[in-house]
Amino acid sequence: MKNILIIGWKTLSKPSGYYSLGALVIGGFIAGIIFWGGFNTALEVTNTEAFCISCHEMENNVYEEMKTTIHFSNRSGVRATCPDCHVPHAWTDKIARKMQASKEVWGMIFGTIDTREKFLAHRRGLAENEWRRLKANDSLECRNCHNFDYMDFTEQSERASYQHSTALADGEKTCIDCHKGIAHQLPDMKGVEGW
Amino acid sequence: MKKFNLAVIASLLVLTVSPIMYSLNANAADKETVNTVATLRDHTPINVQKEPNAIPKVINKDIKQGRNYPMQPPVIPHTTRSYEVNKNNNKCMSCHSRHRTEKSQAPMVSVTHFMDRDGNFLAEVSPRRYFCNQCHVTQLDAEPLVENTFTDMHSLMKAKAKSKEH
Repeated sequence: MKNILIIGWKTLSKPSGYYSLGALVIGGFIAGIIFWGGFNTALEVTNTEAFCISCHEMENNVYEEMKTTIHFSNRSGVRATCPDCHVPHAWTDKIARKMQASKEVWGMIFGTIDTREKFLAHRRGLAENEWRRLKANDSLECRNCHNFDYMDFTEQSERASYQHSTALADGEKTCIDCHKGIAHQLPDMKGVEGW
Repeated sequence: MKKFNLAVIASLLVLTVSPIMYSLNANAADKETVNTVATLRDHTPINVQKEPNAIPKVINKDIKQGRNYPMQPPVIPHTTRSYEVNKNNNKCMSCHSRHRTEKSQAPMVSVTHFMDRDGNFLAEVSPRRYFCNQCHVTQLDAEPLVENTFTDMHSLMKAKAKSKEH
């Protein structure tokens, strides 16, 4: 084992004795494109709803619940998929979120929420994770579609336009402060502000 | 043996009479005299699926509607789509509970909701009054399917007082 490593290091540290510099540079460039493209393609595959609900934990709980909400079925046919709300769109944030999500793979392997009962028992904690995340990034994932600058208050109901033009406009509140449980059912809300 | 004969005669009688009764009933339904529920189907034949009506919109104007009698639970003047009212939480109470009304400016649940069935006041909304939509309902922007001839006590008394004057 040690010998193999030493031979490998010696090969890498010596100048190339056979291949031309051009072949190495161009070959490296092409390999880079393939690896980078492959990496991003794989990343995008994990960013689809089909991937999310390939685990029964997601398909039987949160996905089923979402089907009844306005983010799944509505008059205009625009719908949100899992990553639209749960994964940041910017690349660095996305990678950070994906690293966190490796914990979910752990949960999947060890069956942390593999029954409805277990899921319900964990629901408050899981929900709080998402509330905390959205609170911290000023509901970034909501705002990816719902842009405050283009909200027409005259089209909103009186109560909605009042709240949006006051609390939301001066940054006192962010989307998630009021709009909890809009895509999934809520946990026991005892002690949550506003409930 | 005699009993058996009787039973046979009785069952034959039922067999012959019931189709006649059935056709009589059917005739009555045709005349639109008995079966008022059929009007909801616009007299579509029983073997045909009725074209469903368009679903009316929920009234969302936030304007209080009058009550038809003093004890009527007030109707909800806004949409309540996906408001959860269950063991875990009660979305209505995030505006209508006592400690939220100042912020929300929504009417507070009336004090009767804090009473148990013996009339004792509890600190929280009584469990028997917890499920708001058992009594309070949203209103649809639609014409009534059946005419309502209800007259409230106030109008009755007014009419009576007027007739006495004359």
